[in-house]
Amino acid sequence: MSGTKTTYNDKVVRQFAVMTVIWGIVGMLVGVIIAAQLVWPELNIGFLHFGRLRPLHTNAVIFAFGGCALFATSYWCVQRTGHTRLWGGPLIPFTFWGWQLVILLAAITLPLGITQGKEYAELEWPIDILITLVWVSYAIVFFGTIGKRTVSHIYVANWFFGAMIIAVALLHLGNSAALPVSFLKSYSAYSGVQDAMIQWWYGHNAVGFFLTAGFLGMMYYFVPKQAGRPVYSYRLSVVHFWALIFTYMWAGPHHLHYTALPDWTQSVGMVFSLILLAPSWGGMINGIMTLSGAWHKLRDDPVLKFLITSLSFYGMSTFEGPMMSIKTVNALSHYTDWTVGHVHSGALGWVAMVSIGSMYYLLPKLFGKTEMYSTKLMTTHFWIATIGTVLYIASTWISGVMQGLMWRAVNADGTLAYSFVESVKGSYPFWAIRWLGGVLFLSGMLIMAYNMFKTMAGGNTKDTPVIVPVGHHA
Amino acid sequence: MDINDLRSIVTVVGLLCFLGIVGWAYGKGSKKGFEEAANLPFAEHDDQGVTSKPSHPR
Repeated sequence: MSGTKTTYNDKVVRQFAVMTVIWGIVGMLVGVIIAAQLVWPELNIGFLHFGRLRPLHTNAVIFAFGGCALFATSYWCVQRTGHTRLWGGPLIPFTFWGWQLVILLAAITLPLGITQGKEYAELEWPIDILITLVWVSYAIVFFGTIGKRTVSHIYVANWFFGAMIIAVALLHLGNSAALPVSFLKSYSAYSGVQDAMIQWWYGHNAVGFFLTAGFLGMMYYFVPKQAGRPVYSYRLSVVHFWALIFTYMWAGPHHLHYTALPDWTQSVGMVFSLILLAPSWGGMINGIMTLSGAWHKLRDDPVLKFLITSLSFYGMSTFEGPMMSIKTVNALSHYTDWTVGHVHSGALGWVAMVSIGSMYYLLPKLFGKTEMYSTKLMTTHFWIATIGTVLYIASTWISGVMQGLMWRAVNADGTLAYSFVESVKGSYPFWAIRWLGGVLFLSGMLIMAYNMFKTMAGGNTKDTPVIVPVGHHA
Repeated sequence: MDINDLRSIVTVVGLLCFLGIVGWAYGKGSKKGFEEAANLPFAEHDDQGVTSKPSHPR
Protein backbone atom coordinates (compact mmCIF):
# COMPACT_ATOMS: atom_id res chain seq x y z
CA MET A 1 0.00 0.00 0.00
CA SER A 2 3.16 2.16 -0.20
CA GLY A 3 2.49 4.12 2.99
CA THR A 4 -0.36 6.31 1.72
CA LYS A 5 -3.65 5.90 3.52
CA THR A 6 -6.51 5.60 1.09
CA THR A 7 -9.94 5.43 2.68
CA TYR A 8 -13.16 3.83 1.52
CA ASN A 9 -15.90 6.18 0.31
CA ASP A 10 -18.60 5.34 2.85
CA LYS A 11 -20.41 8.67 2.61
CA VAL A 12 -22.43 7.65 -0.44
CA VAL A 13 -23.13 4.24 1.10
CA ARG A 14 -24.37 5.98 4.25
CA GLN A 15 -26.67 8.25 2.22
CA PHE A 16 -28.17 5.40 0.23
CA ALA A 17 -28.52 3.17 3.31
CA VAL A 18 -30.49 5.76 5.28
CA MET A 19 -32.69 6.54 2.27
CA THR A 20 -33.37 2.82 1.82
CA VAL A 21 -35.17 2.81 5.17
CA ILE A 22 -36.95 6.13 4.51
CA TRP A 23 -38.18 5.14 1.02
CA GLY A 24 -39.09 1.71 2.32
CA ILE A 25 -41.48 3.33 4.76
CA VAL A 26 -42.91 5.69 2.11
CA GLY A 27 -43.39 2.97 -0.51
CA MET A 28 -44.90 0.47 1.91
CA LEU A 29 -47.18 3.15 3.39
CA VAL A 30 -48.60 3.79 -0.10
CA GLY A 31 -48.99 0.00 -0.43
CA VAL A 32 -50.96 -0.13 2.81
CA ILE A 33 -53.13 2.78 1.63
CA ILE A 34 -54.04 1.13 -1.67
CA ALA A 35 -54.69 -2.20 0.10
CA ALA A 36 -57.09 -0.29 2.38
CA GLN A 37 -58.72 1.32 -0.68
CA LEU A 38 -59.64 -2.14 -1.95
CA VAL A 39 -61.30 -3.05 1.35
CA TRP A 40 -62.89 0.37 1.98
CA PRO A 41 -63.61 1.88 -1.48
CA GLU A 42 -64.68 5.21 0.07
CA LEU A 43 -60.97 5.84 0.73
CA ASN A 44 -60.51 6.51 -3.00
CA ILE A 45 -60.56 10.29 -2.61
CA GLY A 46 -60.47 12.49 -5.71
CA PHE A 47 -57.52 11.76 -7.98
CA LEU A 48 -55.70 9.90 -5.20
CA HIS A 49 -57.47 6.67 -6.12
CA PHE A 50 -56.11 3.14 -6.49
CA GLY A 51 -55.30 3.59 -10.17
CA ARG A 52 -53.07 6.62 -9.57
CA LEU A 53 -51.45 5.39 -6.34
CA ARG A 54 -50.67 1.82 -7.38
CA PRO A 55 -47.84 2.80 -9.78
CA LEU A 56 -46.54 5.14 -7.08
CA HIS A 57 -46.39 2.17 -4.69
CA THR A 58 -44.61 -0.12 -7.17
CA ASN A 59 -42.13 2.56 -8.26
CA ALA A 60 -41.40 3.57 -4.67
CA VAL A 61 -40.77 0.07 -3.33
CA ILE A 62 -38.88 -1.25 -6.38
CA PHE A 63 -36.83 1.74 -7.50
CA ALA A 64 -36.69 3.94 -4.39
CA PHE A 65 -36.42 1.33 -1.62
CA GLY A 66 -34.89 -1.50 -3.67
CA GLY A 67 -32.80 0.87 -5.79
CA CYS A 68 -31.25 2.67 -2.81
CA ALA A 69 -30.51 -0.71 -1.20
CA LEU A 70 -28.75 -1.85 -4.38
CA PHE A 71 -26.69 1.33 -4.67
CA ALA A 72 -25.66 1.17 -1.01
CA THR A 73 -24.71 -2.51 -0.98
CA SER A 74 -23.02 -2.56 -4.39
CA TYR A 75 -20.91 0.51 -3.53
CA TRP A 76 -19.94 -1.09 -0.20
CA CYS A 77 -19.24 -4.52 -1.67
CA VAL A 78 -17.25 -3.38 -4.71
CA GLN A 79 -14.92 -1.35 -2.44
CA ARG A 80 -14.57 -4.02 0.26
CA THR A 81 -13.94 -6.94 -2.11
CA GLY A 82 -11.88 -4.91 -4.59
CA HIS A 83 -9.87 -3.40 -1.72
CA THR A 84 -9.94 0.03 -3.27
CA ARG A 85 -11.74 3.35 -2.94
CA LEU A 86 -14.80 4.06 -5.08
CA TRP A 87 -13.78 5.64 -8.39
CA GLY A 88 -15.65 8.34 -10.31
CA GLY A 89 -15.28 11.71 -8.57
CA PRO A 90 -18.38 13.90 -8.99
CA LEU A 91 -20.28 11.07 -10.67
CA ILE A 92 -20.59 9.36 -7.26
CA PRO A 93 -22.66 12.08 -5.54
CA PHE A 94 -24.52 12.55 -8.84
CA THR A 95 -25.79 8.96 -8.66
CA PHE A 96 -27.20 9.69 -5.20
CA TRP A 97 -28.79 13.08 -5.83
CA GLY A 98 -29.87 12.15 -9.36
CA TRP A 99 -31.61 9.02 -8.12
CA GLN A 100 -33.35 10.94 -5.34
CA LEU A 101 -34.55 13.47 -7.95
CA VAL A 102 -35.95 10.65 -10.10
CA ILE A 103 -37.87 9.37 -7.08
CA LEU A 104 -39.17 12.84 -6.25
CA LEU A 105 -40.31 13.39 -9.85
CA ALA A 106 -42.06 10.00 -9.81
CA ALA A 107 -43.86 10.95 -6.61
CA ILE A 108 -45.11 14.15 -8.27
CA THR A 109 -45.98 12.93 -11.78
CA LEU A 110 -47.60 9.55 -11.07
CA PRO A 111 -50.44 10.82 -8.80
CA LEU A 112 -51.10 13.52 -11.43
CA GLY A 113 -51.63 10.80 -14.01
CA ILE A 114 -48.55 11.69 -16.06
CA THR A 115 -47.57 8.23 -17.25
CA GLN A 116 -46.44 6.13 -20.22
CA GLY A 117 -48.81 3.43 -19.04
CA LYS A 118 -46.19 0.68 -19.08
CA GLU A 119 -46.09 -1.36 -15.89
CA TYR A 120 -42.93 -0.65 -13.83
CA ALA A 121 -41.85 1.78 -16.61
CA GLU A 122 -44.52 4.43 -16.14
CA LEU A 123 -42.29 7.48 -15.89
CA GLU A 124 -42.50 9.94 -18.80
CA TRP A 125 -39.68 10.57 -21.24
CA PRO A 126 -37.87 13.50 -19.53
CA ILE A 127 -37.56 11.41 -16.35
CA ASP A 128 -36.48 8.42 -18.46
CA ILE A 129 -33.58 10.51 -19.77
CA LEU A 130 -32.57 11.47 -16.24
CA ILE A 131 -32.71 7.78 -15.22
CA THR A 132 -30.42 6.97 -18.17
CA LEU A 133 -27.89 9.62 -17.08
CA VAL A 134 -27.87 8.38 -13.48
CA TRP A 135 -27.65 4.76 -14.52
CA VAL A 136 -24.77 5.32 -16.95
CA SER A 137 -22.93 7.22 -14.19
CA TYR A 138 -23.60 4.28 -11.86
CA ALA A 139 -22.10 1.92 -14.45
CA ILE A 140 -19.02 4.14 -14.88
CA VAL A 141 -18.49 4.36 -11.10
CA PHE A 142 -19.02 0.64 -10.51
CA PHE A 143 -16.95 -0.70 -13.40
CA GLY A 144 -14.35 2.03 -12.91
CA THR A 145 -13.91 0.83 -9.34
CA ILE A 146 -13.66 -2.77 -10.51
CA GLY A 147 -11.02 -1.62 -12.97
CA LYS A 148 -8.81 -0.13 -10.24
CA ARG A 149 -9.19 -3.00 -7.73
CA THR A 150 -5.99 -4.07 -5.98
CA VAL A 151 -6.74 -7.79 -6.03
CA SER A 152 -6.75 -10.06 -9.07
CA HIS A 153 -10.18 -11.67 -8.70
CA ILE A 154 -13.58 -10.04 -9.11
CA TYR A 155 -15.68 -11.41 -6.27
CA VAL A 156 -18.86 -13.18 -7.43
CA ALA A 157 -21.18 -10.62 -5.77
CA ASN A 158 -19.73 -7.99 -8.11
CA TRP A 159 -20.55 -10.17 -11.11
CA PHE A 160 -24.19 -10.14 -10.03
CA PHE A 161 -24.21 -6.37 -9.37
CA GLY A 162 -22.46 -5.77 -12.69
CA ALA A 163 -24.92 -7.94 -14.63
CA MET A 164 -27.76 -6.07 -12.96
CA ILE A 165 -26.33 -2.70 -14.03
CA ILE A 166 -25.76 -3.75 -17.65
CA ALA A 167 -29.10 -5.54 -18.07
CA VAL A 168 -31.14 -2.76 -16.50
CA ALA A 169 -29.49 -0.22 -18.83
CA LEU A 170 -30.38 -2.40 -21.82
CA LEU A 171 -33.97 -2.97 -20.64
CA HIS A 172 -34.61 0.66 -19.79
CA LEU A 173 -33.33 1.91 -23.15
CA GLY A 174 -35.21 -0.78 -25.09
CA ASN A 175 -38.58 -0.50 -23.43
CA SER A 176 -38.67 3.25 -22.88
CA ALA A 177 -38.09 4.12 -26.54
CA ALA A 178 -40.90 6.56 -27.29
CA LEU A 179 -41.95 9.47 -29.48
CA PRO A 180 -42.55 12.59 -27.39
CA VAL A 181 -45.50 14.72 -28.51
CA SER A 182 -45.12 17.26 -25.72
CA PHE A 183 -42.99 17.77 -22.63
CA LEU A 184 -45.20 15.46 -20.57
CA LYS A 185 -46.62 13.06 -23.15
CA SER A 186 -45.06 10.43 -25.37
CA TYR A 187 -46.11 7.33 -27.24
CA SER A 188 -44.27 4.01 -27.32
CA ALA A 189 -42.04 3.40 -30.32
CA TYR A 190 -43.67 -0.02 -30.69
CA SER A 191 -47.24 -1.00 -31.39
CA GLY A 192 -49.61 -3.90 -30.91
CA VAL A 193 -48.30 -7.25 -29.77
CA GLN A 194 -44.67 -6.19 -30.32
CA ASP A 195 -45.21 -3.45 -27.75
CA ALA A 196 -46.67 -5.98 -25.31
CA MET A 197 -43.77 -8.38 -25.89
CA ILE A 198 -41.13 -5.68 -25.40
CA GLN A 199 -42.96 -4.47 -22.29
CA TRP A 200 -42.82 -7.97 -20.74
CA TRP A 201 -39.30 -8.61 -21.97
CA TYR A 202 -38.58 -5.52 -19.88
CA GLY A 203 -41.00 -6.40 -17.07
CA HIS A 204 -39.79 -9.90 -16.42
CA ASN A 205 -36.13 -9.00 -16.71
CA ALA A 206 -36.68 -6.14 -14.29
CA VAL A 207 -37.64 -8.98 -11.95
CA GLY A 208 -34.76 -11.14 -13.15
CA PHE A 209 -31.99 -8.59 -13.04
CA PHE A 210 -33.06 -5.67 -10.85
CA LEU A 211 -34.90 -7.75 -8.23
CA THR A 212 -32.94 -11.00 -8.53
CA ALA A 213 -29.38 -10.59 -9.81
CA GLY A 214 -28.81 -7.40 -7.80
CA PHE A 215 -30.14 -8.87 -4.57
CA LEU A 216 -28.24 -12.11 -5.15
CA GLY A 217 -25.14 -9.91 -5.24
CA MET A 218 -26.19 -8.63 -1.84
CA MET A 219 -26.70 -12.18 -0.63
CA TYR A 220 -23.27 -13.33 -1.87
CA TYR A 221 -21.53 -10.65 0.17
CA PHE A 222 -23.60 -10.33 3.34
CA VAL A 223 -24.46 -13.99 4.01
CA PRO A 224 -20.80 -15.13 4.04
CA LYS A 225 -19.78 -12.03 6.01
CA GLN A 226 -22.41 -12.45 8.68
CA ALA A 227 -21.96 -16.24 8.84
CA GLY A 228 -18.19 -15.72 9.07
CA ARG A 229 -17.41 -18.35 6.43
CA PRO A 230 -16.92 -18.37 2.65
CA VAL A 231 -19.78 -19.17 0.33
CA TYR A 232 -20.74 -22.88 0.28
CA SER A 233 -19.65 -23.46 -3.31
CA TYR A 234 -17.94 -20.84 -5.41
CA ARG A 235 -18.23 -23.11 -8.46
CA LEU A 236 -21.98 -23.30 -8.04
CA SER A 237 -22.14 -19.51 -7.80
CA VAL A 238 -20.33 -19.18 -11.14
CA VAL A 239 -22.49 -21.78 -12.87
CA HIS A 240 -25.82 -20.50 -11.57
CA PHE A 241 -24.78 -16.93 -12.42
CA TRP A 242 -24.29 -17.81 -16.07
CA ALA A 243 -27.36 -20.03 -16.13
CA LEU A 244 -29.47 -17.10 -14.90
CA ILE A 245 -27.91 -14.79 -17.48
CA PHE A 246 -28.53 -17.20 -20.36
CA THR A 247 -32.09 -18.04 -19.30
CA TYR A 248 -33.85 -15.02 -17.83
CA MET A 249 -34.02 -13.01 -21.07
CA TRP A 250 -36.39 -15.58 -22.61
CA ALA A 251 -38.98 -15.87 -19.84
CA GLY A 252 -41.00 -12.68 -20.53
CA PRO A 253 -43.71 -14.25 -22.75
CA HIS A 254 -45.22 -16.08 -19.75
CA HIS A 255 -46.83 -12.73 -18.88
CA LEU A 256 -48.75 -12.94 -22.16
CA HIS A 257 -50.23 -16.47 -22.13
CA TYR A 258 -53.47 -16.79 -24.12
CA THR A 259 -53.07 -13.35 -25.72
CA ALA A 260 -52.41 -12.27 -29.34
CA LEU A 261 -48.75 -13.27 -28.86
CA PRO A 262 -47.93 -16.22 -31.18
CA ASP A 263 -48.51 -19.54 -29.43
CA TRP A 264 -44.96 -20.78 -30.03
CA THR A 265 -43.57 -17.67 -28.32
CA GLN A 266 -45.73 -18.38 -25.29
CA SER A 267 -44.42 -21.94 -25.20
CA VAL A 268 -40.80 -20.78 -25.44
CA GLY A 269 -41.45 -18.42 -22.52
CA MET A 270 -43.00 -21.23 -20.51
CA VAL A 271 -40.13 -23.67 -21.15
CA PHE A 272 -37.46 -21.14 -20.22
CA SER A 273 -39.39 -20.19 -17.11
CA LEU A 274 -39.41 -23.85 -16.08
CA ILE A 275 -35.65 -24.11 -16.70
CA LEU A 276 -35.16 -21.08 -14.43
CA LEU A 277 -36.04 -23.21 -11.41
CA ALA A 278 -32.58 -24.82 -11.55
CA PRO A 279 -30.34 -21.73 -11.40
CA SER A 280 -32.69 -20.04 -8.93
CA TRP A 281 -32.51 -22.94 -6.53
CA GLY A 282 -28.76 -23.14 -7.13
CA GLY A 283 -28.49 -19.67 -5.64
CA MET A 284 -30.84 -20.42 -2.78
CA ILE A 285 -29.06 -23.65 -1.82
CA ASN A 286 -25.67 -21.96 -2.09
CA GLY A 287 -26.78 -19.19 0.26
CA ILE A 288 -28.49 -21.37 2.85
CA MET A 289 -25.75 -24.02 2.85
CA THR A 290 -23.16 -21.34 3.57
CA LEU A 291 -24.53 -21.57 7.09
CA SER A 292 -24.02 -25.34 7.29
CA GLY A 293 -22.10 -26.18 10.42
CA ALA A 294 -23.02 -22.82 11.94
CA TRP A 295 -26.78 -23.17 12.22
CA HIS A 296 -26.64 -22.18 15.89
CA LYS A 297 -25.84 -18.62 14.76
CA LEU A 298 -29.43 -18.34 13.54
CA ARG A 299 -30.69 -18.61 17.10
CA ASP A 300 -29.60 -15.19 18.30
CA ASP A 301 -28.47 -13.27 15.23
CA PRO A 302 -31.39 -11.31 13.72
CA VAL A 303 -29.27 -10.28 10.69
CA LEU A 304 -28.82 -13.94 9.75
CA LYS A 305 -32.49 -14.59 10.51
CA PHE A 306 -33.44 -11.96 7.92
CA LEU A 307 -30.90 -13.20 5.37
CA ILE A 308 -31.70 -16.89 5.64
CA THR A 309 -35.46 -16.33 5.73
CA SER A 310 -35.14 -14.18 2.63
CA LEU A 311 -33.45 -17.10 0.87
CA SER A 312 -36.27 -19.42 1.93
CA PHE A 313 -38.81 -17.03 0.41
CA TYR A 314 -36.60 -16.74 -2.68
CA GLY A 315 -36.72 -20.54 -3.00
CA MET A 316 -40.48 -20.57 -2.52
CA SER A 317 -41.25 -17.86 -5.04
CA THR A 318 -38.84 -19.25 -7.63
CA PHE A 319 -40.63 -22.59 -7.35
CA GLU A 320 -44.03 -20.93 -7.58
CA GLY A 321 -43.01 -18.76 -10.57
CA PRO A 322 -42.09 -21.59 -12.95
CA MET A 323 -45.21 -23.47 -11.84
CA MET A 324 -47.41 -20.46 -12.61
CA SER A 325 -45.78 -20.05 -16.02
CA ILE A 326 -47.17 -23.45 -17.11
CA LYS A 327 -49.99 -22.49 -19.45
CA THR A 328 -52.66 -24.65 -17.82
CA VAL A 329 -51.81 -23.33 -14.34
CA ASN A 330 -51.64 -19.81 -15.73
CA ALA A 331 -55.16 -20.22 -17.13
CA LEU A 332 -56.30 -20.35 -13.51
CA SER A 333 -53.85 -17.93 -11.88
CA HIS A 334 -53.53 -15.10 -14.40
CA TYR A 335 -55.26 -11.78 -13.62
CA THR A 336 -56.10 -13.01 -10.10
CA ASP A 337 -54.69 -12.14 -6.68
CA TRP A 338 -52.52 -15.25 -6.91
CA THR A 339 -50.13 -13.24 -9.12
CA VAL A 340 -50.13 -10.45 -6.54
CA GLY A 341 -49.39 -12.97 -3.79
CA HIS A 342 -46.56 -14.49 -5.83
CA VAL A 343 -45.01 -11.07 -6.44
CA HIS A 344 -45.16 -10.18 -2.76
CA SER A 345 -43.70 -13.50 -1.69
CA GLY A 346 -40.70 -12.36 -3.72
CA ALA A 347 -40.93 -8.65 -2.89
CA LEU A 348 -41.54 -8.81 0.86
CA GLY A 349 -40.06 -12.23 1.61
CA TRP A 350 -36.99 -12.06 -0.59
CA VAL A 351 -36.12 -8.53 -1.77
CA ALA A 352 -37.19 -6.60 1.32
CA MET A 353 -35.86 -9.11 3.85
CA VAL A 354 -32.44 -9.50 2.24
CA SER A 355 -32.22 -5.68 2.03
CA ILE A 356 -33.28 -5.22 5.64
CA GLY A 357 -30.75 -7.82 6.81
CA SER A 358 -28.01 -6.13 4.79
CA MET A 359 -28.94 -2.68 6.14
CA TYR A 360 -28.82 -3.99 9.71
CA TYR A 361 -25.32 -5.24 8.91
CA LEU A 362 -24.25 -1.95 7.32
CA LEU A 363 -25.83 0.73 9.52
CA PRO A 364 -23.72 0.27 12.67
CA LYS A 365 -20.52 0.05 10.61
CA LEU A 366 -21.44 3.19 8.67
CA PHE A 367 -21.87 5.16 11.90
CA GLY A 368 -18.85 3.83 13.75
CA LYS A 369 -20.78 1.54 16.10
CA THR A 370 -20.18 -2.11 16.81
CA GLU A 371 -23.86 -3.05 16.67
CA MET A 372 -27.35 -1.63 16.21
CA TYR A 373 -28.88 0.36 19.09
CA SER A 374 -31.19 -2.54 19.96
CA THR A 375 -30.76 -6.17 18.92
CA LYS A 376 -34.08 -6.95 20.58
CA LEU A 377 -35.93 -4.54 18.30
CA MET A 378 -34.24 -6.18 15.29
CA THR A 379 -35.62 -9.55 16.39
CA THR A 380 -39.05 -7.98 16.94
CA HIS A 381 -38.85 -6.50 13.45
CA PHE A 382 -37.95 -9.91 12.04
CA TRP A 383 -40.98 -11.66 13.54
CA ILE A 384 -43.42 -8.87 12.66
CA ALA A 385 -42.12 -8.82 9.09
CA THR A 386 -42.33 -12.61 8.75
CA ILE A 387 -45.88 -12.81 10.11
CA GLY A 388 -46.88 -9.88 7.88
CA THR A 389 -45.44 -11.59 4.80
CA VAL A 390 -47.14 -14.90 5.56
CA LEU A 391 -50.52 -13.21 6.14
CA TYR A 392 -50.12 -11.28 2.91
CA ILE A 393 -49.21 -14.18 0.65
CA ALA A 394 -51.58 -16.73 2.22
CA SER A 395 -54.60 -14.42 1.90
CA THR A 396 -53.84 -13.47 -1.70
CA TRP A 397 -53.26 -17.12 -2.64
CA ILE A 398 -56.68 -18.05 -1.31
CA SER A 399 -58.49 -15.09 -2.89
CA GLY A 400 -56.58 -15.64 -6.13
CA VAL A 401 -57.50 -19.31 -6.49
CA MET A 402 -61.08 -18.49 -5.49
CA GLN A 403 -61.29 -15.76 -8.15
CA GLY A 404 -59.82 -18.04 -10.81
CA LEU A 405 -62.28 -20.82 -10.00
CA MET A 406 -65.28 -18.46 -9.91
CA TRP A 407 -64.39 -16.81 -13.24
CA ARG A 408 -64.08 -20.13 -15.07
CA ALA A 409 -67.14 -21.82 -13.52
CA VAL A 410 -69.93 -22.41 -16.03
CA ASN A 411 -73.48 -23.71 -15.71
CA ALA A 412 -74.76 -26.74 -17.62
CA ASP A 413 -76.05 -24.45 -20.37
CA GLY A 414 -72.63 -22.81 -20.80
CA THR A 415 -73.42 -19.49 -19.13
CA LEU A 416 -71.07 -18.12 -16.46
CA ALA A 417 -71.93 -19.33 -12.96
CA TYR A 418 -70.82 -16.10 -11.28
CA SER A 419 -70.84 -12.45 -12.21
CA PHE A 420 -67.54 -10.60 -11.77
CA VAL A 421 -68.83 -8.58 -8.84
CA GLU A 422 -69.58 -11.78 -6.93
CA SER A 423 -65.88 -12.63 -7.01
CA VAL A 424 -65.13 -9.12 -5.74
CA LYS A 425 -67.57 -9.63 -2.88
CA GLY A 426 -65.98 -12.97 -2.00
CA SER A 427 -62.53 -11.37 -1.94
CA TYR A 428 -63.24 -8.78 0.75
CA PRO A 429 -62.24 -10.81 3.84
CA PHE A 430 -58.95 -11.81 2.19
CA TRP A 431 -58.21 -8.25 1.15
CA ALA A 432 -58.68 -7.23 4.78
CA ILE A 433 -56.16 -9.89 5.89
CA ARG A 434 -53.78 -8.77 3.15
CA TRP A 435 -54.09 -5.18 4.39
CA LEU A 436 -53.28 -6.37 7.93
CA GLY A 437 -50.20 -8.21 6.60
CA GLY A 438 -49.06 -4.99 4.95
CA VAL A 439 -49.67 -3.00 8.14
CA LEU A 440 -47.47 -5.46 10.06
CA PHE A 441 -44.69 -5.26 7.48
CA LEU A 442 -44.83 -1.45 7.56
CA SER A 443 -44.77 -1.44 11.37
CA GLY A 444 -41.56 -3.45 11.22
CA MET A 445 -40.03 -0.78 9.01
CA LEU A 446 -41.03 1.93 11.50
CA ILE A 447 -39.29 -0.02 14.27
CA MET A 448 -36.25 -0.25 11.99
CA ALA A 449 -36.28 3.54 11.43
CA TYR A 450 -36.38 4.16 15.20
CA ASN A 451 -33.52 1.71 15.70
CA MET A 452 -31.60 3.34 12.86
CA PHE A 453 -31.91 6.90 14.20
CA LYS A 454 -30.90 5.72 17.68
CA THR A 455 -27.86 4.01 16.14
CA MET A 456 -26.98 7.13 14.14
CA ALA A 457 -27.14 9.41 17.19
CA GLY A 458 -23.63 10.42 18.23
CA GLY A 459 -22.18 8.20 15.50
CA ASN A 460 -18.72 8.51 14.10
CA THR A 461 -18.68 8.95 10.32
CA LYS A 462 -14.92 8.90 9.77
CA ASP A 463 -13.88 6.94 6.67
CA THR A 464 -11.97 3.72 7.26
CA PRO A 465 -8.66 3.04 5.51
CA VAL A 466 -8.40 0.55 2.66
CA ILE A 467 -6.57 -2.66 3.52
CA VAL A 468 -4.80 -4.47 0.73
CA PRO A 469 -4.61 -8.14 1.59
CA VAL A 470 -1.15 -9.73 1.54
CA GLY A 471 -0.45 -11.91 -1.47
CA HIS A 472 -3.49 -10.60 -3.31
CA HIS A 473 -1.83 -7.91 -5.41
CA ALA A 474 -3.03 -7.88 -8.99
CA MET B 1 -28.79 -18.28 -45.67
CA ASP B 2 -32.10 -17.65 -43.94
CA ILE B 3 -32.21 -15.35 -40.88
CA ASN B 4 -33.67 -18.32 -38.97
CA ASP B 5 -30.49 -20.35 -39.60
CA LEU B 6 -28.57 -17.55 -37.92
CA ARG B 7 -30.99 -17.62 -34.98
CA SER B 8 -30.56 -21.38 -34.60
CA ILE B 9 -26.79 -21.03 -34.74
CA VAL B 10 -26.80 -18.35 -32.04
CA THR B 11 -28.93 -20.58 -29.80
CA VAL B 12 -26.65 -23.58 -30.25
CA VAL B 13 -23.51 -21.47 -29.75
CA GLY B 14 -25.10 -20.06 -26.59
CA LEU B 15 -25.69 -23.56 -25.23
CA LEU B 16 -22.16 -24.70 -26.08
CA CYS B 17 -20.78 -21.57 -24.46
CA PHE B 18 -22.72 -22.33 -21.28
CA LEU B 19 -21.57 -25.97 -21.25
CA GLY B 20 -18.02 -24.68 -21.68
CA ILE B 21 -18.46 -22.48 -18.61
CA VAL B 22 -19.76 -25.45 -16.59
CA GLY B 23 -16.78 -27.54 -17.70
CA TRP B 24 -14.38 -24.75 -16.77
CA ALA B 25 -16.01 -24.10 -13.39
CA TYR B 26 -15.89 -27.74 -12.38
CA GLY B 27 -12.46 -28.35 -13.88
CA LYS B 28 -9.37 -28.77 -11.69
CA GLY B 29 -7.64 -25.63 -12.96
CA SER B 30 -10.11 -23.16 -11.51
CA LYS B 31 -10.10 -24.53 -7.95
CA LYS B 32 -7.29 -22.44 -6.49
CA GLY B 33 -8.52 -19.19 -8.01
CA PHE B 34 -12.05 -19.81 -6.75
CA GLU B 35 -10.76 -20.45 -3.25
CA GLU B 36 -8.89 -17.14 -3.28
CA ALA B 37 -11.90 -15.32 -4.66
CA ALA B 38 -14.25 -16.89 -2.10
CA ASN B 39 -12.09 -15.49 0.71
CA LEU B 40 -12.02 -11.94 -0.66
CA PRO B 41 -14.73 -10.58 1.66
CA PHE B 42 -12.69 -11.69 4.67
CA ALA B 43 -9.52 -9.66 4.28
CA GLU B 44 -10.96 -6.73 6.21
CA HIS B 45 -10.46 -4.83 9.45
CA ASP B 46 -13.03 -6.83 11.34
CA ASP B 47 -11.51 -10.16 10.30
CA GLN B 48 -7.86 -9.47 11.07
CA GLY B 49 -6.15 -12.64 12.18
CA VAL B 50 -8.57 -14.86 10.29
CA THR B 51 -6.92 -14.25 6.93
CA SER B 52 -7.44 -17.52 5.07
CA LYS B 53 -10.39 -19.68 5.94
CA PRO B 54 -10.75 -23.21 4.65
CA SER B 55 -13.32 -23.13 1.88
CA HIS B 56 -15.77 -25.97 1.50
CA PRO B 57 -14.16 -28.64 -0.67
CA ARG B 58 -16.86 -28.62 -3.31
